[in-house]
Amino acid sequence: MPDAPGLELLAQDLRETDADAVVDTSYFRDKAALEVAPGSVRTVLAALREKGFRALMSVHGVDYWPHEPRLGVHYELLDMHEVDRITVKTRVPTDAPNVPSVTPDWPTADFHEREVYDLFGVVFEGHPDLRRILMPDDYEGHPQRRDFPVGGEPVHFTYNEYETPRYWE
Amino acid sequence: MGIVRSGGSGASSPDDFRSSQLRARDMLRGDLEGKDLEEYVEQRVLTTTLEQALNWARSNSLFPLTFGLACCAIEFMSIVASRVDVSRFGFEALRASPRQADLIVLSGRVSIKMAPIIRRIYDQMLEPKWAISMGACSSSMGVFNNYAIVPADKFMPIDVHVPGCPPRPEALMHGVLRLRDMIQDKEEPGWRDRYGARGTEEVAPPPDDPAVDALRQASQHSEATKRA
Repeated sequence: MPDAPGLELLAQDLRETDADAVVDTSYFRDKAALEVAPGSVRTVLAALREKGFRALMSVHGVDYWPHEPRLGVHYELLDMHEVDRITVKTRVPTDAPNVPSVTPDWPTADFHEREVYDLFGVVFEGHPDLRRILMPDDYEGHPQRRDFPVGGEPVHFTYNEYETPRYWE
Repeated sequence: MGIVRSGGSGASSPDDFRSSQLRARDMLRGDLEGKDLEEYVEQRVLTTTLEQALNWARSNSLFPLTFGLACCAIEFMSIVASRVDVSRFGFEALRASPRQADLIVLSGRVSIKMAPIIRRIYDQMLEPKWAISMGACSSSMGVFNNYAIVPADKFMPIDVHVPGCPPRPEALMHGVLRLRDMIQDKEEPGWRDRYGARGTEEVAPPPDDPAVDALRQASQHSEATKRA
């Protein structure tokens, strides 16, 4: 991990190229994280790749409900020579959940972004094949959002077998 | 002490053996008649209906489909191993094609994306066919009662539900034996009457059972009092 001063130096370097790129930094439990504006995700990840973070390990979706902007996307980067990790976070609101796709730069992000799109509804602009990956294609809604009902079916037992519709009904 | 050799029909002395030999020869000649013939046939021939004989054969050679969904599949695998050796009951010939199987065990959680696939596999199996819903997830969704999971009863007919999370191999074996009894159309073991457990059947009970009606009325009554 970059330590806390190292993280600030990284943020400083990134701000030199684009003053608005890094919104915030956080250093929590030995884990460094950069919070960036959604528009500059690709440039920040490209700059970090130049600094040695060559592997994108995963892309995550987060719902920060009830805080705004609600949706978050996390990119976990790894420097395999220094064994160093860093997180890049970005936040978008639910009414305009658009984040530029990093799949052209990092092919591993393909399925990860599809999963985040499927379960959180974040639209990755520039993704070559953005469609659902886990839920059926005709599914409505994004089930990992916090305001999505937990759902589930009424369970068929003896006491309610005549009220509960069964497979042929 | 010499070796005593007993005859085929339980005869102990050489004379008895000789006499049964003579009787067999008479029978072959067609000399056995009347009461003797009746007795002979009664001792040696078992009569049954074709249906019963077929069910006996089917129930003792179930061909389960090689099909696992989740953690229950691990328990399912272990019932064919040596500890709970289910080949004692003719259950061990797992078939990797639905065309050759006559039993599907839903061993795990079924997601709504998987349900049409399972239904298709079930439809591909040849009649007669049976289905066991193994574990809490495929019977009632268990801890995964959420947007992604669907209970097996919603999309295909299930003959036996095996409860547990996951069920022990012994429990699944018990389910297999209950299925065997169902196929042979045997009567229930009678423990529901002994323990006053009428109306707790997970396999669909007869709809005009007075005990079930009483239970349902009682539950509706309690719900009504809860609301009031």
